[in-house]
Amino acid sequence: MSFPAEPAALECTGLVRRYGEREALSGVDLTLGRGRTLVVFGPNGAGKTTLLRVLATLLRPHAGTVRVLGSTIPEEDWAVRGRVGFVAHEPLLYRELTARENLRFHARLHAVGEERVGELLDVVGLARRADEPLRTLSRGMVQRAAVARAVLHEPELLLLDEPYANLDPAGIELLAPLIGAESERTRVVCSHDPGGGLGEADLVLGLRGGRPALLAEAGAVSAEEIAELYR
Amino acid sequence: MSAATDTSPASAVARDAGAHPRREGTGLWTTVRALLRKELLVELRTLESVPGMSLFALSTFVVFHFALNRGSVEGDLAAGILWVTLLFAAILGVNRLFVADAEQGGFDGFLLAPVDRSAMLFAKALTLLAYLVVLELIAVPAFSILLLGPPIGPALGGLVATLALADIGVAVIGTLVGALAVQTRARDLLGPLLALPLFVPIVIGAARATEPLLVGAHTGTPGARWLATLGVYDLLFGLIAYALFDFLLED
Repeated sequence: MSFPAEPAALECTGLVRRYGEREALSGVDLTLGRGRTLVVFGPNGAGKTTLLRVLATLLRPHAGTVRVLGSTIPEEDWAVRGRVGFVAHEPLLYRELTARENLRFHARLHAVGEERVGELLDVVGLARRADEPLRTLSRGMVQRAAVARAVLHEPELLLLDEPYANLDPAGIELLAPLIGAESERTRVVCSHDPGGGLGEADLVLGLRGGRPALLAEAGAVSAEEIAELYR
Repeated sequence: MSAATDTSPASAVARDAGAHPRREGTGLWTTVRALLRKELLVELRTLESVPGMSLFALSTFVVFHFALNRGSVEGDLAAGILWVTLLFAAILGVNRLFVADAEQGGFDGFLLAPVDRSAMLFAKALTLLAYLVVLELIAVPAFSILLLGPPIGPALGGLVATLALADIGVAVIGTLVGALAVQTRARDLLGPLLALPLFVPIVIGAARATEPLLVGAHTGTPGARWLATLGVYDLLFGLIAYALFDFLLED
């Protein structure tokens, strides 16, 4: 008995994205299967965040083809929204609202029941301070709230831009079941940590100046090769 | 370089397919309510827009009171002062309307949700409308006390109708202009520069409609022709905003 082949979670061919004249991404080709993890390395300005924003449908590709969860971007980006969880550099939360109010707001946008908000606040260890304005919380706590926002709607694909930034070891441990390898979701993770990043990668992409300098199975990449990207 | 391919394990595919059915997202008006609630909550916490708009209007009336060097005004002069002050105060609100979204990533959070993007147009326009109503609840009585000669009581019905039609236009145009300006570095300059020319027909229509209400022996009814003009202008810009707003949110 045979099954039709499942589309890959991500497929990019010749992806180009420009800011004005400057090419922030150029000639990116990759395919990522469902349930697997792609870790993207590269120095500041290499195009990691731009890649995540294109995959999140927040930026349009200027050339090439991009398919996310079986839908072509940007033509079918409506079909992708709501199936992607994005942890960005910014928390994408309102500073004047509390963590609970922010999550309730996003729960309404994603048609998620409010009981999920309380559940997640417990999981990320914010229940005690859930009713304080976000601007009064530490950056680590805000990052926990940002992760809770990203997984609120149980996305199929997680796009994580240095998700453990500002987190203490206890915070990292708390969030691992939501966004770590244990989450068993398809993930694209931007990282500057060769050891930690390689440890959770199935596939590694190294970017330098917007161009792919390295693309290989994680087992075939050494920490030295990653470090070379930053020289 | 050749692309590496990472084949998916069947178990992961099955898990994804079963656990995460495609979601339909939230209905338009549920989204509008969620956005409106968030907007009003943020304004209540920060008090960044309405107090500033109201203080500006009050200060302007005081300045006019002394600059004109008269005890009271009426007729076309009164209508002109009232509407120019209200529209300049409205511009302060327009300039702040999208700032929290742009600076705190609210746009991205919204754009990632599977919702009708027009919801933001409706929610922001309703938010600005609410700000204008509060502004006018403060500014119109103050205008009556500080500057207006004839009593405002008999004119109130017509004035409310004119305010309502003008406010709808200001709210729609302000939302459109605010969404456009906030994407630029010179938003504080660009907002007023774009909004003022578009507000001119509203000033004309509203001032002409209000003028007969603010004379000593007022007729009690605003100029119907001017009210109709305001209505048509509201409708026109409502349609333009509905057609364009999605594009303003796009990359």
